[in-house]
Amino acid sequence: MSFVLVQVIVGGLLLGAVYALFSSGLTLVWGMMNIVNFAHGDFVMLGMYVAYVVYTLMGGGPLLGAPLATLVLATVGVVVYFALIRDIMKGPMLAQILGTFGLALLLRYSVFWWFGANFLSMPPNIVGGTYAFAGLRIEASRLLAGGVALLVTLGLHLLLTRTSLGSKMLAVAEDQTAAQLMGIRPDTMQAIAWGIAAGATGLAGALIANFFYIVPTVGETLGIVAFVTVSLGGFGSVPGALVAGLLIGVIESLSGYLIGAVYKDIVVYVLFLLFLWFRPQGLMGKT
Amino acid sequence: MNLKHVTGLLCAAAMSLAFGSGADAQDKVVKIGVILPMSGGTASIGAHAKAALEVATDIINNAHPELGNLPLAKNAGLAGLGGAKIEVVIADNQGNPATGQNQALRLITEEKVAAVFGAYQSGITLTSSAIAEKYGVPYLNSESVAANLTERGFKWFFRTTPIATDFARIYVDFLADIKAQGAKTDSVALVHDNTEYGSSVANTIAGAFKEKGNAIALDVAYPVNATDVQGQVLQLKDKKPDVVIMISYTSDAILFAKTMQSLDYKPAVLLADDAGYSDPSFTKAVGKISQGVFNRSSWVVGPSGSPSAIIADLYKKKSGEEMDDTVARQMQGFFVLADAIDRAGSTEPARIQAALKATDLKPEQLIIGYKGVKFDDKGQNILASGAIIQLQDGENYVSVWPKANAEKAPVLPYKGW
Repeated sequence: MSFVLVQVIVGGLLLGAVYALFSSGLTLVWGMMNIVNFAHGDFVMLGMYVAYVVYTLMGGGPLLGAPLATLVLATVGVVVYFALIRDIMKGPMLAQILGTFGLALLLRYSVFWWFGANFLSMPPNIVGGTYAFAGLRIEASRLLAGGVALLVTLGLHLLLTRTSLGSKMLAVAEDQTAAQLMGIRPDTMQAIAWGIAAGATGLAGALIANFFYIVPTVGETLGIVAFVTVSLGGFGSVPGALVAGLLIGVIESLSGYLIGAVYKDIVVYVLFLLFLWFRPQGLMGKT
Repeated sequence: MNLKHVTGLLCAAAMSLAFGSGADAQDKVVKIGVILPMSGGTASIGAHAKAALEVATDIINNAHPELGNLPLAKNAGLAGLGGAKIEVVIADNQGNPATGQNQALRLITEEKVAAVFGAYQSGITLTSSAIAEKYGVPYLNSESVAANLTERGFKWFFRTTPIATDFARIYVDFLADIKAQGAKTDSVALVHDNTEYGSSVANTIAGAFKEKGNAIALDVAYPVNATDVQGQVLQLKDKKPDVVIMISYTSDAILFAKTMQSLDYKPAVLLADDAGYSDPSFTKAVGKISQGVFNRSSWVVGPSGSPSAIIADLYKKKSGEEMDDTVARQMQGFFVLADAIDRAGSTEPARIQAALKATDLKPEQLIIGYKGVKFDDKGQNILASGAIIQLQDGENYVSVWPKANAEKAPVLPYKGW
């Protein structure tokens, strides 16, 4: 009995790591620029399709698909920044929201048009099947995604706190004019931030594609989770997103198993709102 | 949530732009409003249905003498209306009951459609048909199986598909039959989403089993479009029911198949209630790890040259997919509606309603394996019926029950991967 519980918790941790993985890009953009990227879920979706195309056209597994998805999405991120974000940032808040929202729909329906509405899937066991030890079952593809989530979080955190590029990016986030006076180009920094954020998101998509279905609307399903993870973790805090992701994953799994799946979202969101009530800045956010 | 609402508005606007124009040039046109999930989690169903309706419209609007007894196939257009052509106006329900309702309103008041056809998800058929009822416009549903849809005392609602109560009875009989052959079928678990379809079908099936003195052992409900179903699969693995009945749309059906494999869970009998499991994208995505799953169907392709084979061929050319039970039921329903309009000889709602009430189609006039089409006072087709199919070697279902028209014998236990 308690043994199943262990499996539930392990499953929840792995799920949470994946939540953290696809939320880190969102928290970066949110924290750096105060922009809510509604197209975030659709970036994940694009990453999944890149991995799928790599697999079907070149027969490449995640070793090829994941880096390529990172690269493609990083490019998309930079392009989106210069083509759209830079301009709408000057507009009112509503323009920012609707701008990224329009982008979300554009991406979603472009993929719709190109690939059709059918559900696609990577072949089962594309990442080495399932490990079973002591009766526990852990899917290699989820373990890979979880491991990468930790690495990406660590990497982004080190980038922001230990490198001069990170300091420059944070300087721009803190005060654009002051940063400009110090010789930092806000444009370049923010484009880089978008590239990194979108790249990390693409990577997440490629890794999730190994165990999730692929469909143009998958961003809708995953996007909401990312927003909750980021607000719980604290806007702009990369380690916060990791902790929040893990927390949500475990709470979801446990409540889904113990109380029933239809109630698990209620449990998650009640705890989420209660938490924000006491600590509106999130787990690790700055006030 | 806000996100979805804004999506809704934007899509509705886009759809009305896309489909609203272009019909004015022709004078003899009968517009039929069609509500389908063209976006959202079940958009693949909408895309397939659209292709099916294009084939049906082609058959109705052009001469297809090769289709024999099928009403409206022989000549071009609707003879009863001087050869008028059918025009389909598709509206996207986005998988959302409120959007479906708005679309019904738009189709009736703006597009002035002669009848409404749709809306796939039971929950959306529920809301959109209420609008048609209010405006006194015939509404034909061909695929929603929640039993209560025809229990509302509606005058303008007609349904051609077999419904949950029919299938619940089929499941009970089928399981009793394979039990007699030695399979263990004593404890039954239901796995279903929390939509109108999922919960009402689960309820109906639970009732049918209870009547036979075999109460459902485990009821696993989950929120539709789940991100994760490990907990639910572990619940099943823990309780070890003999039979698991899945009532799920495509996205969740795929996720369940993948999760069952990763957690190494196989019930002795896995029985699916159509929906996601009939979606060709399900069999393509995870058919290989769902070998031996049973499913229900009313669609059986006849020998080459038979009307059903010709239609399956036309559909495959149009959509690139094999014809499945859902699109076959949709196409059949659309033919029934067009036939009624033809016999009404008018687009006046009351005359179409009267013609629908007088419908009496024989098996040889149908493309699907119903015993006929004839509506009772509630608007339900009393001659609808179905069979059990099984996914055997690869991505295709074969009919396995009842024995009389089975292609192959059922294979037990569930093999999975």
